[in-house]
Amino acid sequence: MKRAILEQLLAARANRQAVALITNLETGEQRIVPRSAAAQDPLANKLDEAFRFDQSRSHDGAFINIHNPPLRLVIIGAVHIAQSVIPIAQALGYDVTVIDPRGAFATGARFPGIALHAEWPDEIIPKIGLDPRTALIALTHDPKIDDPALDAALKSDVFYIGALGSKKTQASRGERLRAAGFTDEQVARIHGPIGLNIGAKGAPEIAVSIMGEVTRCLRLGA
Amino acid sequence: MAASDHTILEQASDWLKAGRKVAIATVVETWGSAPQPIGSQLVIDDEGNFVGSVSGGCVEGAVVTEAMDIIASGKPKLMQFGVADETAWKVGLACGGKIGVYVEPIN
Repeated sequence: MKRAILEQLLAARANRQAVALITNLETGEQRIVPRSAAAQDPLANKLDEAFRFDQSRSHDGAFINIHNPPLRLVIIGAVHIAQSVIPIAQALGYDVTVIDPRGAFATGARFPGIALHAEWPDEIIPKIGLDPRTALIALTHDPKIDDPALDAALKSDVFYIGALGSKKTQASRGERLRAAGFTDEQVARIHGPIGLNIGAKGAPEIAVSIMGEVTRCLRLGA
Repeated sequence: MAASDHTILEQASDWLKAGRKVAIATVVETWGSAPQPIGSQLVIDDEGNFVGSVSGGCVEGAVVTEAMDIIASGKPKLMQFGVADETAWKVGLACGGKIGVYVEPIN
């Protein structure tokens, strides 16, 4: 491996860019292919799947090593359920960010050691950036806080969007977003009521159902 | 890529900056049950220090020894470890799996 390639891999990681390092195992020849340019590569078919499932693999004497950015979970609402979601998400390898403009909720005492932003979602999200290795869940029930976050998520290519609330809440949320110009198809990207239907009772079980659904979307794509 | 590989690559970069010579070993193929998934990495320096993992244990010894030769020669090599029964136990492949490990110098 040339040292320049090592530096490129580290830079891609720091910039949250997905890249593959392809090595010819016979000759040692190597090339870096960004996910954004994977369709033009001779190994396009293999690369698409490998990126999607985060699975490095050998193919025909070439080794495709996938370097995806770390997974990230953006939680809107420094609420009780968030406190149950965080340890599960961390065990699954997610970097967690919590956003809640209500200073009384977003405190370090309630969320020790977590990236915490006591700001409005529409102010902070552009600074954080959303990408295909990010999931966003809206947990406040409060349209003033959840809606701007969902608006930003729908305009991005995050792999999962979920919003807490009953079917009724979900229906009125859909109406508001359609009124704001989103199509039915776009609104349908929001998983709500959030989580897998496992009959969850209480915050810890709801957290399991949410992270189960997030994992399904990550691994199976829907 | 395994979750910890960030630290592996950073370690390689840090060692290079400190003037050490470095090789990286990567699991590129597995057959049967293997303790570490494809993409797992190990970084080795020219004094035999290493960080990371390509197996459950004893393959590391063989990889590190080979890596020091590879650092000296500058030529990458695909190593295969395996297999059945006692040998598998001995190199740390408890379940009789096989793995291919690509060892390359950074230069």
